[in-house]
Amino acid sequence: MSINRGRVRWQCRRALLELDLVFTRFLERDFDRLTDDQVADLEELLRCDDYDIWAMVNGSKACEVDRWKEMIGLLRQR
Amino acid sequence: MNVAKRTFDAVIVGAGGAGLRAALQLSEAGLKTAVLTKVFPTRSHTVAAQGGVAASLGNSTEDNWHWHMYDTVKGSDWLGDQDAIEFMCKKANEVVIELEHYGMPFDRTDNGKIYQRPFGGHSMNYGQAPVMRSCAAADRTGHAMLHALYQRNVRANTQFFVEWMALDLIRDADGDVLGVTAMEMETGEVSIFHAKATVFATGGAGRIYYSSTNAFINTGDGVGMAARAGIPLEDMEFWQFHPTGVAGAGVLITEGVRGEGGILRNASGERFMERYAPNLKDLASRDVVSRAMTTEINEGRGCGPDKDHVLLDITHLSPDTIMKRLPGIREIAIQFAGVDPIKAPIPVVPTCHYQMGGIPTNYKGQVVVPKDGNPNSPVAGFYAAGECACASVHGANRLGTNSLLDLLVFGKSAGETVVEDFQSGQLKLKPLPADAADVSLARLARLDGQTKGESVFDVGLEMRRTMQKHAGVFRFDALLKEGVQKIGEVAERAKRTEISDQSKVWNVARMEALELDNLIEVARATMVSAEARKESRGAHVRDDAPDTPENPNGRDDANWLKHTLWYSEGNRLDYKPVNLKPLSDDVEPIALAKRTY
Repeated sequence: MSINRGRVRWQCRRALLELDLVFTRFLERDFDRLTDDQVADLEELLRCDDYDIWAMVNGSKACEVDRWKEMIGLLRQR
Repeated sequence: MNVAKRTFDAVIVGAGGAGLRAALQLSEAGLKTAVLTKVFPTRSHTVAAQGGVAASLGNSTEDNWHWHMYDTVKGSDWLGDQDAIEFMCKKANEVVIELEHYGMPFDRTDNGKIYQRPFGGHSMNYGQAPVMRSCAAADRTGHAMLHALYQRNVRANTQFFVEWMALDLIRDADGDVLGVTAMEMETGEVSIFHAKATVFATGGAGRIYYSSTNAFINTGDGVGMAARAGIPLEDMEFWQFHPTGVAGAGVLITEGVRGEGGILRNASGERFMERYAPNLKDLASRDVVSRAMTTEINEGRGCGPDKDHVLLDITHLSPDTIMKRLPGIREIAIQFAGVDPIKAPIPVVPTCHYQMGGIPTNYKGQVVVPKDGNPNSPVAGFYAAGECACASVHGANRLGTNSLLDLLVFGKSAGETVVEDFQSGQLKLKPLPADAADVSLARLARLDGQTKGESVFDVGLEMRRTMQKHAGVFRFDALLKEGVQKIGEVAERAKRTEISDQSKVWNVARMEALELDNLIEVARATMVSAEARKESRGAHVRDDAPDTPENPNGRDDANWLKHTLWYSEGNRLDYKPVNLKPLSDDVEPIALAKRTY
């Protein structure tokens, strides 16, 4: 099943301002260049709790799912 | 155009704490209930609430609801309605214990009771000493609460419409509310949700400000929809600000940083708080610090190329201390200010945090408007709860941890009232007017057909800058007057927004344009209400209404002890009395006094 990129873009709207800011930067800079496989990884990551995503982005928690690491790396980039 | 119609006993807009608590009441009573939400329920902004929820359980220190009521009325600077405040404080224990039974993982005392911690403004014996009243689940209280409520709703078979955006309120010729129109984001199709009861629980609109701690979803959708449908907005001049949000980003830097020794400095490096609060300096109360920062910026001593912020300096602390005690803050500074606070100070500005005003309701959660001489006449079929509503328990300034309590108590109360009205046969499914969806369809057609229009981003940015400059934490008559004119101009531009992508499916640009329509109503209401209120009270502080013996703290009870009501049509103001009489004889009215801590 193909993933609608608009849907994933909308799901980057989060409950925490910290993540909204991180995702805004990511959407402007990286999102359009992602392959379909990468968007699928991102969509899976977006199902996580906001505090867990923020902890992975700010490095206080290790990302334990290998296929998310690339996305976390992009989200961390300033 | 043919618009699909769905029929329910009740439709709830918003799935944060208030919406989920209301939905639970309805679903468990067997009402066919739909909850519309533009994001997945557990991604609502309730998640961000860290402090706790107030309840006078008395588990850790002696406490009772009378003391809680006193603190709330005083916090509100006497603008809160004492009937609603009594109701909330009395109900607090019940709703917190209920939540415990739903599986909320509260922190515990050694003997297994809910642990309670002290919080600013909470006192025992009417202001005499700190009390332990805040029930918390570590620093994730809102998050834990939302998850507990969501699970319970799943159990109760609440029907969720996730990633649906409500567009407009449907009212008939009598003014009764019959439901909402809403757009499914996946298809772009508009449907009518026809219901006997409509409950708004859409949260706040903190995104009207340039510097805001609120997540991007906080666009005041319910408040904007209500205003467009002719419902007045109450006390919209009152917004709670936090002194230290990261400049340009809004992310909160907690008070704990100043507690650890952080110092605020202006462009010349001066520790300016020594001039404003010689004793407490940087640890003075939030409003004192925020006003001092604003004065420094307004008088040209701000930092950066635009002189638009001050600096929070912790470079004198050892790197070890920063790494050990403030690791999260260091990460926020690096991520959002681009500075490592070990080496350089953090740019900060006073930042919008919470909306005290909103859709006027009574303590039962019914939306009320002036009609036939009654300032609080219920609108049939319409209810609201949480930050989008104004009960009014927060008045001119909210007491910490009363926001989570508000959404539990009034979410439940609105739900109970709907169930009562439903079971008594008072709620009827009135016939839909033929033009029920016309307003929404016209808005969408206008947006799709707009050419040579305005960019949503540009208009939104201009709105946020205008609000920050003209109706910020410290207010000036000339700036407010100019602000009224400017926000009117921005609102005119917002009528001509254009989107380049007109696809139906998952069109984020369209969503953002529709959200701006809601925000702009809130921004106009705030500016006009603030310009008109010529006193200082709670969070509304004017430089031309200073502290004098006749008007302590600049508060003018003789002329301004009243609620503002702003009407979108005609940009018109009205006022209604504050209810200084409690709900029952269990408590005497809390008499007017100067608000000092």
